[in-house]
Amino acid sequence: MQNKLTYKPFGQKAILIEWNPKISKTILEDILLFQSKIKKEKNADIADFIVAYNSLTIVYKKDFINFDAQVNSLKKIHQLEIKLRKKQHYIWEIPVCYDVIFGIDLQEMSKKLDLEISEIIQLHTATLYKIYFIGFLPGFLYLGGLHKKLFIDRKANPRLKVAKGSVAIGGKQTGIYPTETAGGWQLIGNSPVLFFDISKENPCFANSGDFIKFTPVSLSEYHQIVKDIKEKKYIISKTLYND
Amino acid sequence: MIKVLKAGFYTTIQDKGRVGFAKIGVPFSGVMDTYSTDIANSILNNNLEDAVLEISFSNCEFKFLVATNICISGANFSPKINGNTIKLNQKIKINKNDVLSFGKVLFGARTYVAVAKGLQSHLVLNSRSMFSGITNSSTLKNGDKIVIKNLDNQLNFSNSSIKVDKNHFMFNNLECLKGPEFYLLSENQKEQLLTTHFSLSMDINRMGFRLNEVLENNLKSIITSAVLPGTVQLTPSGKLIVLMRDCQVTGGYPRVLQLTESAINRLSQKTVNNRVHFLLKKR
Repeated sequence: MQNKLTYKPFGQKAILIEWNPKISKTILEDILLFQSKIKKEKNADIADFIVAYNSLTIVYKKDFINFDAQVNSLKKIHQLEIKLRKKQHYIWEIPVCYDVIFGIDLQEMSKKLDLEISEIIQLHTATLYKIYFIGFLPGFLYLGGLHKKLFIDRKANPRLKVAKGSVAIGGKQTGIYPTETAGGWQLIGNSPVLFFDISKENPCFANSGDFIKFTPVSLSEYHQIVKDIKEKKYIISKTLYND
Repeated sequence: MIKVLKAGFYTTIQDKGRVGFAKIGVPFSGVMDTYSTDIANSILNNNLEDAVLEISFSNCEFKFLVATNICISGANFSPKINGNTIKLNQKIKINKNDVLSFGKVLFGARTYVAVAKGLQSHLVLNSRSMFSGITNSSTLKNGDKIVIKNLDNQLNFSNSSIKVDKNHFMFNNLECLKGPEFYLLSENQKEQLLTTHFSLSMDINRMGFRLNEVLENNLKSIITSAVLPGTVQLTPSGKLIVLMRDCQVTGGYPRVLQLTESAINRLSQKTVNNRVHFLLKKR
């Protein structure tokens, strides 16, 4: 089914394009395809794109003079049958240590959800999570696919300090805190992998449309990976996703 | 080199910010009041993108270790060179070892120091704008040194200045456009939003300004979507947040208004308890 798109002005130099208000992989693929087409057609006028679950925001370098004309040209681009090489998506394997020294909310969650801690870990690591987009903080991935049994309310009182690398669940979402920050999600583990490394030319390895797979590691393996990252010997394992 | 003798409470280096990194969640950042920095950079014949000092509270002191020209623009924090008052919006010649200091706040909330050829601090993701986790430090600290160009041999000195529009600091109306979720408001809520003179709370910083007055509503959160500097969000508690230059790239609160660029600049010069009024611009 073809998605019906709406185009709204978002201030004087941005256009918000919205898909159906749903979170779905099909919508995301359509957003990313449209973005690639626009990039190919008229890159010079555009300063930036913001991808989200069901929207694509185009930020122009200058105020647009005629919104309707701008929208018409975008509509034409959307309908173009451009042969684009299908963007390759990767599955990134992310080590997570679910030891209770990191998973400080595991015991409470275990009671509330009526699941053994081992079952929580099993459910959390069994899923292939889709990266919808990156926002909230530099390197914070919005992931889709959390198992229903793991849905849990955010903490009534957010913590003032959540450690960098914390793997957490909040509502129907799971994510990794890329830096130390305040946060209200339930903490279940920690990943030694750097999700935002400003020393690298590309500070965040992941892209919208890629996948994340969590792999449990022991505390000693965790410390070994921390050491390897420091010595720049660690490479995140990735495989090509075939659909 | 400029040596920071007293950094003050919140002084940063800013240029026009980072563009092209929203896809990895990096905020745009950049100077809060581009109207004022464009004036300062123009007076010095700089590029408008050149980096400047952004000073949000007075009580700062800087020592110039080389000769240069500077221009102060934006708020008036009674700038002085070696204790002698200097004018705003005018090219000022600086000799080696001159000390620039700020005193009494006369008007505005942010003052800018532009330096000939711009501040030469490290570029990170194509920008010098300070931001926690991106640049080494999120604000300047006492003792920091900032690289600038030495202009010792360029003695030609013209007295250029620009007349500044005082309304930029005096007026409290903020020109804006309907935000993507404006249509979700009832007629009554729209009227309230556009007629209330809102006051700025204590919670104002480079990420956003929270307003005090409440706009009662039962709007649902939206599916997380883009936000921009100048986006006015309506929270379930009824408090409004005007997002500013360091805001996140996405958010989940309904976006009821979008400030124009000049309104963002004007709001940047307001402080706690100042009142503002949203004025819907006709397209």
